[in-house]
Amino acid sequence: MLADKDRIYTNIYGWESFSLEAARKRGDWADTKSFIQKGRDWIIEEVKKSGLRGRGGAGFPTGLKWSFMPKENNGKPHYLVVNADESEPGTCKDRDILRHEPHKLIEGCLIAGFAMGANAAYIYIRGEFYNEGSNVVKAIEEAYADGLLGKNAAGSGWDFDVYLHRGAGAYICGEETALIQSLEGKKGQPRSKPPFPAMAGLYNCPTTVNNVETISVVPTILRRGGEWFAGFGNDEKNTGTKLFCISGHVNKPCNVEEEMGIPMRELIEKHAGGVRGGWDNLLAVIPGGSSCPMLPKSVCDTVRMDFDSLRAVQSGLGTAGLIVMDKSTDIVYAIARLSQFYMHESCGQCTPCREGAGWLWRIMTRMVKGNASVEEIDMLLDITKQIEGHTICALGDAAAWPIQGLIRHFRPEMEKRIMEYRKTAPKESLAAE
Amino acid sequence: MPKLTIDGIELEVEPGTSIIQAAEMLGIEIPRFCYHDRLSVAANCRMCLVEVKGGPPKPVASCAMACGEGMEVVTNSDMVHKARKGVMEFLLINHPLDCPICDQGGECDLQDQAMAYGYDRTRYRETKRSVKDKEIGPIVKTVMTRCIQCTRCIRFCSEIGGTDDLGLINRGEDVEVGPFIEKNLATELSGNLVDLCPVGALTAKPYAFTARPWELRKTESIDVLDAVGSNIRIDVRGNEVMRVLPRLHEDVNEEWISDKTRHAIDGLKKRRLDRPYLKSGKGKDAKLAECTWDEALKAVAERLTGVKPTEIAALAGDLVDAESVYALKLLMGGLKSPHMDCRVDGALIDTSSRGNYIFNSGIAAIEDADAILLVGVDPRKDAAMVNARLRKAFVNKQVKIALIGEPVDLNYPVETLGDTPQDVEAFIAAKDGFAKIFRDAKKPMMIVGMAAFQRDDGAAVFALLQQLAESFALVREGWNGFNVLHQAAGRVGALDLGFLPQGKDGKDFHAILDGARKGAIKALFLHGVDCFDVRQMVGKDCFVVYQGHHGDAGAHAADVILPAAAYTEKDAYYVNTEGRVQMARKAVAPLGDAREDWKIIRALGRLVGIEMPFNDLSELRTAMVKEYPVFGALDVVCPAPVSKPAAKSGVLGDQAFVNLIGNFYQTDPISRASAIMAECATTYGQDGALEDAAE
Repeated sequence: MLADKDRIYTNIYGWESFSLEAARKRGDWADTKSFIQKGRDWIIEEVKKSGLRGRGGAGFPTGLKWSFMPKENNGKPHYLVVNADESEPGTCKDRDILRHEPHKLIEGCLIAGFAMGANAAYIYIRGEFYNEGSNVVKAIEEAYADGLLGKNAAGSGWDFDVYLHRGAGAYICGEETALIQSLEGKKGQPRSKPPFPAMAGLYNCPTTVNNVETISVVPTILRRGGEWFAGFGNDEKNTGTKLFCISGHVNKPCNVEEEMGIPMRELIEKHAGGVRGGWDNLLAVIPGGSSCPMLPKSVCDTVRMDFDSLRAVQSGLGTAGLIVMDKSTDIVYAIARLSQFYMHESCGQCTPCREGAGWLWRIMTRMVKGNASVEEIDMLLDITKQIEGHTICALGDAAAWPIQGLIRHFRPEMEKRIMEYRKTAPKESLAAE
Repeated sequence: MPKLTIDGIELEVEPGTSIIQAAEMLGIEIPRFCYHDRLSVAANCRMCLVEVKGGPPKPVASCAMACGEGMEVVTNSDMVHKARKGVMEFLLINHPLDCPICDQGGECDLQDQAMAYGYDRTRYRETKRSVKDKEIGPIVKTVMTRCIQCTRCIRFCSEIGGTDDLGLINRGEDVEVGPFIEKNLATELSGNLVDLCPVGALTAKPYAFTARPWELRKTESIDVLDAVGSNIRIDVRGNEVMRVLPRLHEDVNEEWISDKTRHAIDGLKKRRLDRPYLKSGKGKDAKLAECTWDEALKAVAERLTGVKPTEIAALAGDLVDAESVYALKLLMGGLKSPHMDCRVDGALIDTSSRGNYIFNSGIAAIEDADAILLVGVDPRKDAAMVNARLRKAFVNKQVKIALIGEPVDLNYPVETLGDTPQDVEAFIAAKDGFAKIFRDAKKPMMIVGMAAFQRDDGAAVFALLQQLAESFALVREGWNGFNVLHQAAGRVGALDLGFLPQGKDGKDFHAILDGARKGAIKALFLHGVDCFDVRQMVGKDCFVVYQGHHGDAGAHAADVILPAAAYTEKDAYYVNTEGRVQMARKAVAPLGDAREDWKIIRALGRLVGIEMPFNDLSELRTAMVKEYPVFGALDVVCPAPVSKPAAKSGVLGDQAFVNLIGNFYQTDPISRASAIMAECATTYGQDGALEDAAE
């Protein structure tokens, strides 16, 4: 269990004020100037050393991502864009950072922005996060008033501006290129890559899009050293501390900062008060926000919460939003509800996702009742494979994975429903004949 | 130059070439819906997925992926087949089984590709989506349930049409292509959406439910409704023109045509002259009555031989073909009359050199120009395809464009520098602003419209523009930026044939009309002249012969009507505004008793005792080419010099240039007879549309 002294987010529960004064007491904005004076390469090197991987879901090494930005500004400005469009069901970590620790984010923006040669950062915040956005605005104002932003930010000699932009409530705008489109005032539709944002992003300028958590841990990493951060975790590829969001059928749902690679069972029992009705009452857990395939209890017993361990059991860490489901859960209905979500949030440009997501939901709705044939389970799986990997962005994959997880682990349950429905339902109401 | 292999075949391509383009070079077919080589890449239909070895284990969209060094592309692996089948299935689940009642049937990309790449049965058992149809104008009919959201139409409108009328509304499976508010497409190129649409969502409204593609006989021909000479394909069933489609010609119209070119063809069936007419009776009781060819030609011959040669004059109109003008010139020569002119719009062009009256740089060179000056021209109405090039030049390289002339609504930014000849003088003298850009340009281009010359001081304006050309060195090594944009398809051909006042005594257009009004001209031969109110301009005593195909202005004033063939009904040469000789081909037989133009003139010649040195079209052409070698090479633009300004050109007036085409959709007898063009004119509120409707 992570010791209190190793926590990065010391005010994640909002027990203290989010103001600049309080943040300073917690250590934020200390020595920011000195990091910048050590230069771009030092910052990137330190972040690489820490082994920090993107906290938004894909887990791409952050230092590497920053190093993709052109070294020199070729007449075009560079931009840092912070993805605060946290909309993944089961995830609420960025919200608490924005609410209670905005200065960590703003300081991180300055440092990361400097490291990639950007003089401006845009924080794209989910429109529904109204109060959180207001806190961030207040924090930005405080930082400007204190000379931490603007010309010669924090006395570092680097000019830096931070802007907040409110989204209008589309899940897809959390995808980095759709976010850029939306920020430019266009319809939030992912762009085809390449070119990657590091070459042509916001207004066709080199841009890096990072998650809120990724950016806001950077100042602490620099302050305490990349090695310190890399000292946590299972192995050298899954390092540091991580905010986990535990929701669902647990006694005390919570957000908690823990060491990467903590066993799932320990995480749930120590911090969330255990599964409702005891561990044996556990049915399944979705480990990383709604798009990750679920894991049945047998896997949950032993699995560790990090990128590679979860990938090894055909799921993923994602945003580390655990959705815990006990045995009272209608597991098919739960996944059907997720299918509805992805159908509703598909942007509609790529054929497989636009047409497929709706089809999946319609079949899933029938599966809930069992109004289907057993062969249709295979068909369902086949359709998810036809969507997965065939679209511009990963929303198609996200629509496919929960269903793949369901079929992988709960096929007998689905078959049972179909059999029972056949027994009870009048013959003419049977679909798929 | 990256080297890669596609299906094991090695090739080297230009950097930036996409995989789909490279595969095309090898003749490997990759199915696609959203990709179109003249539009931006959307990469959203996902039909063109291919496998790239060594990359991530998923297929990539070949339209959006540039070829890379050492890439190993496979277009026929199991992964690719599975991906295509999957995408095809998704496209079809919400696509109605409309094929039997869909106008796209038989030429539908979705149909074809479903045959080639799809499953043979459906697994979809849920309800299909239905989408409300949109009303977007008189040309394009929508059946939006069939739409596969490829967004080609959206990209065409915003990139080529220059109007952001269409967009993708809503999201997910609720996305719909449409105007955000009910609105007609504000582009004269809307018909091209029908060609672009890979399914039956956008079909041609006027052509709806009239024919199936496999019933049609296809003839490759040339459009004559403006001076661009767009390359077209005429689709015919029986002896009826069913539709006109664009034909690829990179240097002229690329693969687009204007709505007028495409849909004025219903005018070919209305107000047609399908038999000869002869006026009988005297004074007020005089009436045109049907007659035989013999009677008509004899009446004309009698009159032509009954007056002095200098009392005969001939005018050649807007839609005339080169062969008939050549024959008419021989006839006039045989009759020893010097009075002939083809500039029936009254434009006073200096015809001393061919370079003076053609679009010297060529239409395609608009893309190369780095500064463009428009003088007295509305490219959008004069020549929609030239306008499309201008927009392309603006979109591709933000070329600076300025206008001296009546302010017009163009779909690219234009700096207006005044509207009088004096503004042209000021421009020549100017040292800064656009004049500086124009002077510094490597390939400066001037496009002059007819509005600059259709005025009393037209000759002086012409001399002034020649001065401008000299001052800015528009004609230089390897570049001729002096361009005249004509409005009539027959004009350049007739000018090339020298259908102009002969010798010193020859009367020009204005003098001929004057003579016809005052009695100096007693017999006037109108060869397809409809562009002004002949009845008002010509005196009652003047004997008017009208040869043409529509009962329009010319026929109204005629004493004898000789019914001729329209452009779809004859093999003929036309010279476009670039000076490019192109061949129109006969798609249908002339209507009723109508005959091809050159035959009528030849027959008339015999009656007045003039034997022409040809018996058929090929002999005519041989004779014509011998005399006018320009016609020897088809589809070639011969460079021509621009002459020095004439010493005497009259006094420059100070009236503003006024564009005469107020109504794009109704500019000639064919489009004036077309109900669809009338509807377009009213819908789009073109000037003059209401007067025409009231008539």
